[in-house]
Amino acid sequence: MTTLLFDGSFPGLLTAIFEVYEYKLNDVRLATADSNPVLFGEQREVVTDASKAKRVWQGIGNCISGEARHQLYQAYLSELDTMPQTLLAYFQYAFFKQTNVHEDFSHPAVLTVHQTVRKVYREKHRMEAFVRFSETTDGLFYAVVEPDFDVLPLIAEHFEKRYADQRWVIYDCRRKYGIFYDLSSVQVVEMNFSPDMLQGKDASAAWNEKEAGFQHLWQQYFNSVNIASRKNTALHIRHMPLRYWKYLPEKQPAGTGMAG
Amino acid sequence: MNDRISEKLQILADAAKYDVSCASSGSKRENENKGLGNAAGGMGICHAYTEDGRCVSLLKILLTNYCIYNCAYCVSRSSNDIKRAAFTVDEVVELTIGFYRRNYIEGLFLSSGIFKNADYTMERLVLIAKKLRTEHNFHGYIHLKAIPGASDELLQQAGRYADRLSVNVEMPTEQSLKLLAPEKNRNDMLKPMQYLKQAITQYEAEKKTSRHLPLFAPAGQSTQMVIGATPENDWQILMMSSYFYQKMRMKRVYYSGYVPISNDNRLPAIGTPVPMIRENRLYQADWLMRFYGFTAGELVAPDSPHLDMDIDPKLGWALRNLHLFPVDVNRADAALIMRVPGIGVQSAQKIIAARRFSRLTWDHLKQMGIAGSRARYFLDCRIPGDNRRDLTPMQIKQQILSLQHSKYQPNFSPQLKLF
Ligand code: SF4
Repeated sequence: MTTLLFDGSFPGLLTAIFEVYEYKLNDVRLATADSNPVLFGEQREVVTDASKAKRVWQGIGNCISGEARHQLYQAYLSELDTMPQTLLAYFQYAFFKQTNVHEDFSHPAVLTVHQTVRKVYREKHRMEAFVRFSETTDGLFYAVVEPDFDVLPLIAEHFEKRYADQRWVIYDCRRKYGIFYDLSSVQVVEMNFSPDMLQGKDASAAWNEKEAGFQHLWQQYFNSVNIASRKNTALHIRHMPLRYWKYLPEKQPAGTGMAG
Repeated sequence: MNDRISEKLQILADAAKYDVSCASSGSKRENENKGLGNAAGGMGICHAYTEDGRCVSLLKILLTNYCIYNCAYCVSRSSNDIKRAAFTVDEVVELTIGFYRRNYIEGLFLSSGIFKNADYTMERLVLIAKKLRTEHNFHGYIHLKAIPGASDELLQQAGRYADRLSVNVEMPTEQSLKLLAPEKNRNDMLKPMQYLKQAITQYEAEKKTSRHLPLFAPAGQSTQMVIGATPENDWQILMMSSYFYQKMRMKRVYYSGYVPISNDNRLPAIGTPVPMIRENRLYQADWLMRFYGFTAGELVAPDSPHLDMDIDPKLGWALRNLHLFPVDVNRADAALIMRVPGIGVQSAQKIIAARRFSRLTWDHLKQMGIAGSRARYFLDCRIPGDNRRDLTPMQIKQQILSLQHSKYQPNFSPQLKLF
């Protein structure tokens, strides 16, 4: 068995897949450099190479549709330990068949990709729903999130289209980066939020004069639309899992602001 | 924003919550000129869920809960002793923009009690939508209530600025309306629907030839019926829905299980449970009519006018039509596969796609997450260790019910997973 160690990036993964063919490797295990040390077999380090990655990406584009190909990227963003291996199996199957295998659900890798994409997609959708912006004194709308998967690259376009006339930033405090829109385009940024903000302490010092008022009104609205005689807590929590509450003003006790 | 607004919001959101529509999907309105908001591309987003599990997608408020009418089933009826309030036009605009910028909502759903008269009220609703669109370059979703009796001219303007318009028929039949809202006239409700249907149809036809036609209610029109306040059966209700879908080309019909709010003896007493399971069954039936090609007549009939409460209407239909089963997933039409209990539209599509590659077995279906406890009774697949061919409808029903019993909760809601 050969283990290919790549840097964890998507181009790195594609480079590794390229090298499987380049060196005609059989029985390959893909692992990131920071994963558990390899005990058996040969081990090779993959140096991420944009042109190799591009060739693999174009190659798969000849087999499957553009949309299907984008789903492979979405599956990668799940960050699941097993996903590089699954994607390798998917690519191998597609290259072997030389047809559009994307809907061949009887193949385990294809099926796993689909199932994973569904989960990633759900998280993307949840982020589009649960991002809550607060407006700072200098007119920046900022939000802090902690998504289960690395979905910021997937939500940027949605927010760019929607909030075209306001400066905003969405910060992933688990992965320590954000996306920032400056009225012309969205960029990935490393951010210096004060540690207080990130630990969920009161961020209200940075708010503009209307922010607390709007959060209060939103809490008020949220409470008013409830119909007590229909209460169904299980359903409520299924739709809004507890782990998201920290960043939702409507789930904070009355009179307090949001974390982050 | 001061306490006055806060109090108004409390009153006017509270009064609007019985309107169950929360849809914000289906519009084609795109962000233009670097404005605010985008309602296109739409599956609609629920930004929050209430503690009763309903979607919060829009800022749903009344402009005012003052009303000159006295409809017995309505909290805002003139004889009800409640706090009254009215927003100004600018207050609604500022709230909408403020909430939207923070990603709390997809847009505004604005309804109103009727003050002075229909046109006076409608004019204000239209003015708010117009300001949002023209002064704030707002492209989020707007749902306006079309006030029965409002002029065609105002409806025309409303269609220009709103994504969706709705007139609620409220009562499933004219008799019930007469009984509970004697001052109201069913024709006043049907007239604006008819007008909107014609205007939307015309817009859709013209759109094909002229690319820069301004939008007209791109998310169509909808309506709502109150369920369980009056004695109509499910057959009457679903026939009414069919009429709205076919004759009025409605996008949606909503069913609102009556929440007792009055001691009026024409109505269920306060404390009577909200008919949530029935409401859920109606939504399921409605869903089957819209997406699965079922007709109302296949789901209910004059001699069996009620939907089963203990099983969903698709399973009910399958059990009454066992002669059509079992279905061969490797051969059957998509339309029939979709009718198999436990198989939804998406699963049916998956099956159709996957069977091009290989002959599907029970194991494949299992891996695809399709071979659940219900589908197995209706599929022609060799299922290992299984011999279920000769069961009666009653036996199948019992077996399925016993399996799912633990999942079955009395607390149903329209947003529970439908099948
Ligand atoms: S007209 Fe509308 S708001 Fe007024 S009482 Fe009747 S249903 Fe309620």
